Amino acid sequence: MSSTNNYILGVYDDENEVLHAVSEVKSKGIKIEEVYTPFPIHGLDTALGHPRTRLPIAAFMFGCLGLVCTQALINYTMVFDWPMIIGGKDFFALPDWIPITFEGTVLFTAFGLVTTFCISNDLYPGKKHEILDIRITDDRFVMAINVDKNKKSAADIKKALKDSGAVEVNVK
Amino acid sequence: MAGHSHFSPANVEEHFEFSSEGKKRIIYGFIAGIIALIIGIYLLSKGESGGHEVAAAGHEAANAGHEAANAGHESAGHLSGGAASHQPAAEEHYDWTNRIWANVWLNAVFFTGISVIGMFFVSLQYLAKAGWSSVLKRVPEAFPKFLYVTLPILLAVFFFKGDVIFHWMHHGVTEVGNENYDKIIAGKSGYLNKTFFIARLIGFGAIWLILWNMLRKKSLEEDIVGGTEIFTKLVRIGVAFIVIFGLSSSMFAWDWVMSIDTHWFSTMFGWYMFSSWHVTGLAIITLTVLLLKDKGYMSYVNENHLHDLGKFMFAFSIFWSYVWFSQFLLIYYANFPEETIYFLERWEGHNKIYKTSEILNILFNFFFPFLVLMTRDAKRTRIFLKIACFFIISGHYIDFYQMIMPGVVGPHGGYGLVEFGMLTSFSCAFIYVVSDELTKASLVAKNHPFLTEALHHDI
Repeated sequence: MSSTNNYILGVYDDENEVLHAVSEVKSKGIKIEEVYTPFPIHGLDTALGHPRTRLPIAAFMFGCLGLVCTQALINYTMVFDWPMIIGGKDFFALPDWIPITFEGTVLFTAFGLVTTFCISNDLYPGKKHEILDIRITDDRFVMAINVDKNKKSAADIKKALKDSGAVEVNVK
Repeated sequence: MAGHSHFSPANVEEHFEFSSEGKKRIIYGFIAGIIALIIGIYLLSKGESGGHEVAAAGHEAANAGHEAANAGHESAGHLSGGAASHQPAAEEHYDWTNRIWANVWLNAVFFTGISVIGMFFVSLQYLAKAGWSSVLKRVPEAFPKFLYVTLPILLAVFFFKGDVIFHWMHHGVTEVGNENYDKIIAGKSGYLNKTFFIARLIGFGAIWLILWNMLRKKSLEEDIVGGTEIFTKLVRIGVAFIVIFGLSSSMFAWDWVMSIDTHWFSTMFGWYMFSSWHVTGLAIITLTVLLLKDKGYMSYVNENHLHDLGKFMFAFSIFWSYVWFSQFLLIYYANFPEETIYFLERWEGHNKIYKTSEILNILFNFFFPFLVLMTRDAKRTRIFLKIACFFIISGHYIDFYQMIMPGVVGPHGGYGLVEFGMLTSFSCAFIYVVSDELTKASLVAKNHPFLTEALHHDI
């Protein structure tokens, strides 16, 4: 986010107030870009109308991939490439492989999810953080509105934020 | 924040009404179960339910197995590897009524588990100081009432027909020089003897009921008095129960189920049976809540609470699978004959009559709940929850069937009218007793300190 003065920030000092403010500001036809809070607030996602995350679908896919890869690895090494008799069982001893298949599934899911999450949130090692207001890491709740993406004028937006209980309104 | 009700807990009570119409239906169901049972018993006595052929095959298999020492086929009656010299003799004396007693035992153990899990669930919620469950805690709280029915049945069956169910109770197995003498069982007689068994059953059963009565009484008192003092007392009762239950559920697993196959043992068994009981109990709690909601009660229980119940069922289905598989994998891998016989008997033994159940056991208790309850939406949708409940409850009946039947009746088992009738009668009795207990208190624990939190539950 570059500082081209196109963000209006409403700063709130209470979690319930910001939750109510979200519906109030939205009811005036103003599109909210994001709300920044020091801790998760129940019901905020629903109030903002964000679509539900699709990470669970990714998790399922990565799990399936892990299942297939682990099975492929064990089958290739233990059945085709270098068949070994272990404990008098068949070469294809499925029960023996369930623990490692489970581990492989979990491993792929975990790494896959973390990577997906970082990519989808534009996070990478060494990223310089753009914090709109340093107090969102402490005790303030900040509602960010992008003026360019709204039809209302900046003055209207500022007034709406004030009316909804913002303790201060800044432009950044 | 969808689904929030405008329900004020302060002065609201909701009473479940057990209508005379409902009572009549359940009594008719019970009578139908009894009739099916009587017809089943009649057919069994005539040997018309395919019992004769199977029995004959069993005879041959037992005799052939005796010579060939083929473990898979030798497994008749109460066996498990080792000293099988008395097996063919025991086979000759097979009494067709054994299957009836095995069924009584099966259902009594199954429903004891469901009932006591009601108490366990409430205790666990108090122990964890969980808020969300306070809206529905009156449902599991009513379950242990049925222990008054099942515990005496267990005691009576053990007292009068124990030798039918337990190999270790056969005459003379611990007596040196007796033709039935069995060294392995004699070595276990310090734990597995009639007096100690009855002492455990009555002792722990009484403690369960005393703690439940204390919890119930305090919980009802809270409705009148309010405040937080009673809550801390309930936490203490919950902690006491969890400690007792941790010990007693394992011991009852060895006593009631594992000792049927007296020679066999598994160190996982206590957990295995507990996990089976627990997930069944959770499914019954969920189903009861859903049915009450269908009747228009408990409007304050919203999809967030159902989601939590769904997560519980999902997690503990996987937990059961984990325990079942851990038990299986170690035995399969080590491949000691005296341990492997247990699974061989259920897979290939007894003319493969238990193989279908064993496959259904895994499908119903792992794959179906796992796939049905996987997504968030499924856990928040009533119909999916009901489907999962159906699979879990019937699946764990099959699970207990697999634990008990092969050991007690061996090749004479099967799914017939006796099984159907017995299960129907027990279910109707359970529904009747629990519904009756539900009427005795408000469905919402209106002075529970966490009730407001639970009403705003949002996940």
